[in-house]
Amino acid sequence: MSPFATLLVRDIRLAARSGGGAALALSFFALVATLVPLGVGADLHLLSRVAGGVLWVAAVLAALLSLDRLFQGDFEDGSLELIALSPLPLELTALAKIAAHWLSTGLPLTLLSPLLALLFNLPGPATATLFVSLLIGTPAVSAVGAIGASLTLSLKRGGLILPLIILPLLAPAVIFGAGAVALTLDGPMGIEGAGGALELLAAFAFGAVLLSPFAAAASVRLNLSN
Amino acid sequence: MQFLFRYANPHQFMRLSGAVLPYTVLATILCLSAALYLGFTAPPDYQQGRTVLILFIHVPAASLAMGIYGAIAVCSLLSLVWRHPLADIAARTAAPLGALFTALGLITGALWGKPMWGTYWVWDARLTSFLLLLFIYLGYMALWNAIEDDTRAGRAAAILALVGAVNIPIIKFSVNWWNTLHQGESIVSGALAPVFLAPLLLMLLGYGLLFATLWMVRIRTVIMERRARTLMQAGEA
Amino acid sequence: MNFDMGAYSAYIWPAYGISALALIGATLWTVASWRRAKAKLAALEKKS
Repeated sequence: MSPFATLLVRDIRLAARSGGGAALALSFFALVATLVPLGVGADLHLLSRVAGGVLWVAAVLAALLSLDRLFQGDFEDGSLELIALSPLPLELTALAKIAAHWLSTGLPLTLLSPLLALLFNLPGPATATLFVSLLIGTPAVSAVGAIGASLTLSLKRGGLILPLIILPLLAPAVIFGAGAVALTLDGPMGIEGAGGALELLAAFAFGAVLLSPFAAAASVRLNLSN
Repeated sequence: MQFLFRYANPHQFMRLSGAVLPYTVLATILCLSAALYLGFTAPPDYQQGRTVLILFIHVPAASLAMGIYGAIAVCSLLSLVWRHPLADIAARTAAPLGALFTALGLITGALWGKPMWGTYWVWDARLTSFLLLLFIYLGYMALWNAIEDDTRAGRAAAILALVGAVNIPIIKFSVNWWNTLHQGESIVSGALAPVFLAPLLLMLLGYGLLFATLWMVRIRTVIMERRARTLMQAGEA
Repeated sequence: MNFDMGAYSAYIWPAYGISALALIGATLWTVASWRRAKAKLAALEKKS
């Protein structure tokens, strides 16, 4: 197995072992989706209108939960230094960790979303758009999240700053993702109407996944140099 | 680039800023006074009435909010790529001022909006972008405060600032897109009548000079604090 | 100079008031911290 794949598999296994991996994020996702109707009322029409935004925000927050441990675990026990010294470029290491994070949180969240969309009375086409938007957009969450994780990896209470740093940067993802759902819901063209929004989301995600390994690697190097 | 590095030495900066500061203070006072006078003697606007007065302090605050972030981005670049010694200090001291101007932009924007649109807060593209910008400033300052080692904090903050700088145009674009999606109309503003341009520009200049003045004083303060710290540590040795 | 803002006074004066407060406050704080640093440095330099 290539070094990249080894790291990827290892990180997924670690995520699964500590804190049950996807289970925590999925429970959080479902809980938020449950709390919102309790907060805004059971009007199904209203819920269907806010579903896109609520579920997108809930998914982003759920993915956030495990981000602060992305590099920190390896940093604390010294393995990050060893990984940095390995022939695998640090940028690819970061990419592997982003991929592992997405596979263990973003993807499961995406798979659960149609069920939660049901709770919000979201019609079929809009649910499909939600699913696709999360599929495309959650990699961006992991990518941007990795930047925040690498910047704060040396902090004991870094988990508190992490959301503050990366949530503004994730605004475009939420806007395009939830916007796509809204377009499908309201627009005359159904799913095709959301095409433009999904393209924008894809562009954002592509850019994020491509560029954030560089920022994350630079931050890791910064924290390792002493 | 060479020009910047001639004054990279803190000693040189102290000399240069010391020479320039009296003038910037004077210029600030003159510009702000002139702007206030012209603003309050101008007639009410055809569309906005007297609320155009708020625009005179909203636009400068908002412009500075964006401009200061640009300055922080440039300082971050100088810090990371060229290792300019004063760049970290400059970036760190600019941030709270940038956050202040952003907050003022939001508050004045809301106060301008209430008589114009009927509500204090409107999720229009500009105000929403500024709200996000405020959070970006807060995150930047939080990162500086959280990391104990100054050099490392400076590098990390610089990375964050540059990531933000790349992202901010994307955020603005997405918020504009979002705004047309959910509202469709764009709010007012044709061109401003010429009689209002003078107080606006003067106020903008005044705000900019005020920022420059406060920024230089803050950098001088930090340089002195660092010198004091070095002396204290030498005294204990 | 006309200071009667009529219906808009509830918005114009707070806007100017808060801006002035914030900017003057920022100036005062900046000057105060500068004075403190200057005094501290002067005291230390006198000792050494």
